[in-house]
This record gives sequence, C-alpha cells and structure tokens, in this order.
Amino acid sequence: MSGEAYNAGVRAYRDTYWDGDYRPIDTDVLACFKITPQRGIAREEVAAAVAAESSTGTWTNVWTDHLTDVDYYKARAYRIEDVPGDASCFYGFIAYPIDLFEEGSVVNVLTSLVGNVFGFKALRAIRLEDVRFPLHYVMSCGGPPNGIQVERDILNKYGRPLLGATIKPKLGLSAKNYGRAVYECLRGGLDFTKDDENVNSQPFMRWRHRFDFVAEAVHTAQRETGERKGHYLNVTAGTVEEMFERAEYAKSLAMPIIMHDFLTAGFAANTSLANWCRRNGMLLHAHRAMHAVMDRNRHHGIHFRVLAKCLRLSGADHLHSGTVVGKLEGDRDAILGWVDQMREDFVAEDRSRGLFFEQNWGSMPGLFPVASGGIHVWHVPQLLGIFGDDSIFQFGGGTLGHPWGNAAGATANRVALEACVEARNQGRSLEQEGKAILGAAARHSSELKVALDTWKEIRFDYDTVDKLDVAKRARPARRHGHGGARR
Amino acid sequence: MSVTRSEAPRPARARRLGTFSYLPEMNAARVRRQIEYILGRGWIPAIEHVETDRATDHYWYLWKLPLFGERSVDRVMAEITACRRGFPGHYVRLVGYDNGRQTQGARIVVYHGDRRAN
Repeated sequence: MSGEAYNAGVRAYRDTYWDGDYRPIDTDVLACFKITPQRGIAREEVAAAVAAESSTGTWTNVWTDHLTDVDYYKARAYRIEDVPGDASCFYGFIAYPIDLFEEGSVVNVLTSLVGNVFGFKALRAIRLEDVRFPLHYVMSCGGPPNGIQVERDILNKYGRPLLGATIKPKLGLSAKNYGRAVYECLRGGLDFTKDDENVNSQPFMRWRHRFDFVAEAVHTAQRETGERKGHYLNVTAGTVEEMFERAEYAKSLAMPIIMHDFLTAGFAANTSLANWCRRNGMLLHAHRAMHAVMDRNRHHGIHFRVLAKCLRLSGADHLHSGTVVGKLEGDRDAILGWVDQMREDFVAEDRSRGLFFEQNWGSMPGLFPVASGGIHVWHVPQLLGIFGDDSIFQFGGGTLGHPWGNAAGATANRVALEACVEARNQGRSLEQEGKAILGAAARHSSELKVALDTWKEIRFDYDTVDKLDVAKRARPARRHGHGGARR
Repeated sequence: MSVTRSEAPRPARARRLGTFSYLPEMNAARVRRQIEYILGRGWIPAIEHVETDRATDHYWYLWKLPLFGERSVDRVMAEITACRRGFPGHYVRLVGYDNGRQTQGARIVVYHGDRRAN
C-alpha cells in the first residue's frame, strides 16, 4: 500500500474485497452467507460489500486506510454459489483473517459477522448459514464446562440416553407443590427435571423458595433410588449479578446442575456462567429461547447450526437441539448436522446436512443434545435410533400427563428407554420392531402399558425413518470422539 | 382415558442400580447378548462387584483386571460366574470400557446377590 496515493470518494467494493482466486488458509474464520441482493447489483459486488461491511470497510475511502495494512486485515469474498431451487439469492463465502477477532469471544465474532451488515441497504435479506472456526480460535475458547464423558462420570450413568422432564404448569405453582412434582418424576426413574425457561423468580414462586424445595426433592429421590438425580435450576435473571447469586446458592444446596437461557441473557453472560461452572464443578444446561427469531426465516437471520457452534465455544453441557420426530426429512438431516457439531471432535463438510465447512473441535469437550417437546413413550425407539446414547430425551407432558401421575409416567419412560436400549444392543431394528419392543416391555410394567394406551392415538409413523439409516451413515466413517477423548 | 385409583399399582420398588434396572432382572441368555454387544463394539469387558449397602458408590471392587483382549462370550460369562461364586452376597456388574472415548459404553448389573448370603 505504501506507494498508493489517497483518493477520497467511493469505489466499488469488489476492487478491494472480492478475490475469486483466494484460497483460505487454516487460520481464517470462514463464513457462508445466503445473500438476497437488491435487483441489478452484480453478485460479486454484493458479496464484496458484505465482506467489507463485516470487516474493515466502510462506504467510502478514508485516509486512515493508508496507515494500516488493509490487505492483511480485510475480509475477502472468495466464492459464490447458486442456492439450489432459489434464484432470488446466492451463497457468498467470505474469509476473515483471525486477527480480526478477540480470542475467546464469540460476542466479538458475532458483532462482526452479523452486525451492521444485516441492515445493509444493498441487501434485501441475508442469512449466516455456517461458520468455520479455525482450530486456533476454538482453542482460545473455554467450551463446555464439563462435557459428555465427565457428566456421565459425575452422574454415574452409562450406556443409555438420559431422561428428563420439564415441570408443568410452567407458571403458577407454589414452590412446595413444584418440589413435589420434581420429587415424583425423579423417584419414578427420570435422571433430571427442568425449570421451564420462563420460570425465573416471579411473585408466585421466588427463586430461593423454589431452589430450597427442589433441593429437598432431589436429595430425597437420590436417597430413595440410590441413583444420582438433578434438576436444572434456572438461574437466568435480569442482571448477571443476580444470575451469579442464584448459581452460588444452587451450589450451596449441593445441586449438580443449573440452567441458563443463552440467547435472551446473551453470550457474554453465558460465557461467564460457563466459566463459573467450570470453576465450581457444576453442570450447565442451555436453553435456547429466542432462537426461532433468528433461525426460522430461510432468507434472513442466523442458522441454528451457527448458534449451536457459538454455544459450544461459549460453553454449556446441554443444548436443546430439536427432536426430529414428526418433522420433514430435510429437517432430520439438518438437525443431525448440528447435533454432530455439538458432540463430535471433527465434522466433515456435508452439504446434504447443511454443513458448508469442515469443523475441527480439537480437544474441546462435546455437549449433550436435548430432544424436548411433544415427545412420549411411542417416540422412544425412533429417538434412540436417531440420537444414540449421548443425548437427553425430555418428556414433559409425556411424564406429567400419565394417568397415574408423574412417578408412573417417569417409570413408563424409563422402562421404554431401557427396553429399547437392550433391544438395540441385541442388534434388533428399532425402526422395524419398535412397537413389538415396547409391547413386550409393557408386559412387565403396568406403568408403560397405561402410557402406551394413553397416547396410542398419536400416529406411530416409522415409514420414512426406515429408509434413512442416518445413524449408520454418521458413525462408522470416523472415530466416535465426543470431545476430549484423547487429550 | 379414565383410570380408577384402584388400578394404579403400588409405588414402584425404590432402589435402582442404573441402566436396565427398570427391566426384569438379567438372566444368562440376556447377559450373553450384552457381552456380545460389548465385544462387538470393541470395548473392554470388565466385572465389578460390591456389598449391597455400598451399591451407590462410584467404585466397586474389580474382579481381576478388565479382560483386555478377551473375545469370547463364554469366557466372560465364566468370569461372571466365578465372581458370583466368590461373592454370593454381592452385586455383580458387567462394564464395557470404551478406551477410545475414555468412558464406559455399557454398564449393567447382572446379579443382584443372594440375600441369604448377606
């Protein structure tokens, strides 16, 4: 740059920020945006504008560009691809030099990548589809406070998914009645119960009272069953000071796990809480309220796989992932794509799952995907086939809605799960034999029998799942690492 | 559906011992299938046992070392039997150590102890 004269004014973004010959280097942060431009602007110019506005550039030349090495610091749009079946938009690939980002701060990454550029007038819409975080950056982040293997060791639970339930009604119960509902679920056989996301500290149930009664419920159920139990105590609060006060109190009650809403509370709060959990030996469950605001529109926002990657970097031991069941095949592939991003050491590029880049997680632990919402005992074979052991199934209505109450509902779910795990281990097909497996298990469990009868009108739909052997496709090709196995 | 109170069973047996403890107690045929699964996954079978009042502890006694390199279902079964004979009042569990992921891929209580032996 040294010899170049300064010329005030505007020049085409592509002169500086488009480089179709650029080959990304290992340390670059790579992003794929789905860009819907205003009519009449060349794709390269739009992509270059996105690169500029999300990195060093602004709308006009400035003389201070000449005091730095813009060629070193600028992002580069380096590739453009059609979006299959949608001519209104295109994929723009942008490479960012790692020096643009503060170490260990997904806040900083998001402020750049999904900052001002999302309001940029040259765009009708823009969606961040995927981000490749270089291993160098991954290693600067704390990640999950514990990870899957450590959580299993703490809880002493192996060889099966974990079971949870969200306590309902989510608002309005007194703390003591709420604790009763927790106790019944846990003594019946669930591993976890959960505060609903909007249970914080309302007038009908202040957080401290809830924590006290829930702690008694957890300890009593542990004493009775001899199994370790937990309740995700929601520490989400209006200020981080309040959040930490609640977290400290949960720890003082010898509770193993707390929960947090990482999007409404923010990534900075989440990262701080994850660090606190790591220092204090607590598990952290992340709920994702507000995600659909960002990830539901196909043309604008942030894809959930990006939010999931950011959360893994920021830190949590559980994250809600979606359930797959009852949804379209495409959703299934997409969900399995981001479930891999939660659990695996290394994830290959796979467009059929919406993965635009390979992602190396190095030694960062993985986290449990949580399938929650509208699922019940009939879904267990399918859920186990899709998610495998390292997952958490949460049956809220499917536990509390049992005709005999929470404990029987919990037992029904646990029996169904264990029967399916045993059958799978015997090499039986969960997709084809699920109904028979559950029926046989119900002969030894009146709780399961009643649960199966209660929800039998809900469609038992294995037709399409039969054809997609995703678990087999996903597993054998690479080592099933789950983070940090060979540190 | 509506269910009368009399149909509801008595509260379930309280004490549990992890995975498969909500199913009927294991018999030899079912244990063999789980050994096959552990060996098929390439995990290391191991046998552990403990007094019933210590069941909730993380650490149980090892029955010999984990059975490194063992590929025979019969020999693993024979070790379980020997452990039961040696400690008839103890719980006995079968573990599949997954050394690739540094975890236990499977852990199943296969014998609940002869209560008369305690």
